[in-house]
Amino acid sequence: MLIRITTRAALIAALALTTAAAWPRVASAETVLRIGMTAADIPRTLGQPDQGFEGNRFTGVTMYDALTGWDLSSADKASVVIPGLATEWKVDDADKTKWMFKLRPGVTFHDGTPFNADAVVWNVEKVLKQDAPQFDASQVGVTASRMPTLASARKIDDMTVELTTKEPDSFLPINLTNLFMASPAKWQHFYDKAEGADAKAKSQAAWAAFAKDAAGTGPWKMASFTPRERLELVKNADYWDKARVPKIDKMVLLPMPEANARTAALLSGQVDWIEAPAPDALPELKQRGFKLYANEQPHVWPWQFSRIEGSPWNDIRVRKAANLCIDREGLKDGLLAGLMVPATGTFEPGHPWRGKPSFEIKYDKPAAQKLMQEAGFGPNKKLTVKVQTSASGSGQMQPLPMNEYLQQALAECYFDVQLDVIEWNTLFTNWRRGAKDPSANGSNATNVTYAAMDPFFALVRFLQSGMAPPVSNNWGFINNPKFDELVKKARQTFDPAARDAALAELHAASVDDAAFLYVAHDVGPRAMSPKVTGVIQPKSWFIDFSPISIQ
Amino acid sequence: MLAYTARRIVYVIPIVISVALVCFLLVHITPGDPLVAVLPADASQELAAQLRAAYGFDRPLPVQFGLWLLRALHGDLGNSIATGRPVLAEVMRAVGNTVTLAIAAAIIGFTMGILLGLIAGYFRETWIDKVATSFAIAGVAVPHYWLGMLLVIIFSVELNWLPAVGAGPNGSNSWAWDWAHLKYLVLPAITTSVIPMGIVTRTVRALSGDILSQDFVEALRAKGLHERGVFRHVVKNAAPTALAVMGLQLGYMLGGSILIETVFSWPGSGFLLNSAIFQRDLPLLQGTILVLALFFVFLNLLVDIAQAAIDPRIKRG
Repeated sequence: MLIRITTRAALIAALALTTAAAWPRVASAETVLRIGMTAADIPRTLGQPDQGFEGNRFTGVTMYDALTGWDLSSADKASVVIPGLATEWKVDDADKTKWMFKLRPGVTFHDGTPFNADAVVWNVEKVLKQDAPQFDASQVGVTASRMPTLASARKIDDMTVELTTKEPDSFLPINLTNLFMASPAKWQHFYDKAEGADAKAKSQAAWAAFAKDAAGTGPWKMASFTPRERLELVKNADYWDKARVPKIDKMVLLPMPEANARTAALLSGQVDWIEAPAPDALPELKQRGFKLYANEQPHVWPWQFSRIEGSPWNDIRVRKAANLCIDREGLKDGLLAGLMVPATGTFEPGHPWRGKPSFEIKYDKPAAQKLMQEAGFGPNKKLTVKVQTSASGSGQMQPLPMNEYLQQALAECYFDVQLDVIEWNTLFTNWRRGAKDPSANGSNATNVTYAAMDPFFALVRFLQSGMAPPVSNNWGFINNPKFDELVKKARQTFDPAARDAALAELHAASVDDAAFLYVAHDVGPRAMSPKVTGVIQPKSWFIDFSPISIQ
Repeated sequence: MLAYTARRIVYVIPIVISVALVCFLLVHITPGDPLVAVLPADASQELAAQLRAAYGFDRPLPVQFGLWLLRALHGDLGNSIATGRPVLAEVMRAVGNTVTLAIAAAIIGFTMGILLGLIAGYFRETWIDKVATSFAIAGVAVPHYWLGMLLVIIFSVELNWLPAVGAGPNGSNSWAWDWAHLKYLVLPAITTSVIPMGIVTRTVRALSGDILSQDFVEALRAKGLHERGVFRHVVKNAAPTALAVMGLQLGYMLGGSILIETVFSWPGSGFLLNSAIFQRDLPLLQGTILVLALFFVFLNLLVDIAQAAIDPRIKRG
């Protein structure tokens, strides 16, 4: 009797709950996409996101546009720079530090104010001009370092702006994809209302208010924001690019740093899309009908060699041997469950900056052993190399198992690999200090992954001798006149096709010199409900949410 | 009682200052750059120096500590490097969520713990005792995150009864004690409650068993006191020690659990601490540790005072 009553009560309760849960969906036809991010907090929303390119992916290219943008429309072709809020640009023939950008007419910010040259100047000065009221130190780090030569901006007319660089730099249009345009009028509104002891305090208060109620020009508008819990974006039906007006009404971003939690949230139907599912859950996700997406990202998982005096990597035969001794396909199919692309350089075939290296990076153990023997090593005389790595970290994939795999593989080519495992932030800090610094702890290689979106990040900071510590990330003090010459050539070639050719030449030279131990590219895995359609995962860190639909 | 309370409060002052000093130094002596959250490793030296000065990290450590303490005394813990938001607001919001979780976990854990402890104490060395003790041992021994994931797999993934992560439905910006919110609390609260449940069970079992075997209980029974009266004596005698243990457990729970809050994406102080460590956000890390440490210190103070109020022998001690 009791069981019957309980069962009936449970059935009635379940029916009531189901009806209540279903009713709002019937009443409202609003389509909502819920995404579980890997971030522990919502990336900053005020125009210059934090948390690396995951920040740009979710609160950068969604709510904002830059003068230039990335073509995210193809899963097959390399993602290249295309016009954004600027329709065209050209360097001054007489003075190669001056660039003229023509702005897109008819664009308005989410607050209804027009986008124009004044807005561009204002946004450049928010991170470069320290005495500007809108200058915000907290936005400088993620901006200035991504466009290291940009010096100033000047209005020519309402729809034309002149940008000046410290030195001739053909990379500027690519770097400008990182400078997102926030609404000056909206910020000014908050500034006028702000209370504070001085202009700096008012400015800080205005930026804090702006972050909660932001206005850019992007395809998504901010609807509601709860720090560390969720950000709700709604579609911008008036977006200037009619082809990219979002198909869904609302997108909810939820921070979920733990991979198993994200996977559980997807499996239980609490979210529709997750970034980086737990690798061991992939078979179950597939079996239950969830869709998995992955594609080669502009990202490299390398060992960066020390080239200081006495380093074992100064012998090119040793560098080449290491590159030939790794079975990358085995690493991919075994340890990483298919979630990597074997690296044969910083860029893979099909990329405009790949070039034609003569040294082919592949798995060829006999050739590797032969090179090592020529260099004076063998089964009875192993070469000891020490590499500094971390146990975790942004973009590091699975650093410990992967390094142990390399350790075993390289042992067969007469290397004795010693691992120096340190905390991720410390490894990252040591990266800037270089191989000569005591913090390297005697290591002659470092294992820090890097983004390869633009030429400076991908090549110049590692290969140019002037980028050695403490200036930038030439950790191993590479000093190769050919690299320096090719960097200069690429930087000073302003025709985009010729610039790409120069960069390809630089990249090919770096592969031929076996500048790094190139191991893997990350593939940005994501899993989603079968209800989500229209997904195109480009060869990029970013993704366009506009064409996505949900049933 | 007043003098005892005043003396205990005075003792707290050096503890608080020491706690502040330790949490300030702890995050400074660890290797790595404090500006790692906003300063990419490829940033120029000039930019690094500019930001270091803007955040005050170029000043000598004692000056930094002095300024930080002075501001902290005025309720200003600075701004998060990563988000720019005021640390105090961030911490208080997170602490609010952790308190919600701790209250729910305490209700479950303490109720279950007291109940199981008394049952085990009354039925010592019987199978009832063994079952209750097994529960207690399992509660203490089972890894939190494992239990959390197990509950998520059963109740979220398989049965789809409860949400797996989060602290409220979409569109909700604050906590409410309604089912729409409470269902987000159930699994993390049960997971959080198992350790206090285990510890309280074992404590209450030992105390009640010990009291029940004492002569005065025999005397009470011999004088014809009803079992309910004996029970009241048992509870009263066990209460001060049990209260101290529960106070400590509540303190631990108020400190938040990095593992549980991360597994359930519960935006409490453990989750905040995890993200502050991950981003090496020094002001946020310092502020969070300081507030949590102060919570712990003041909770201990309250427990001491409550114990003294219940058991006058403590004041004399």
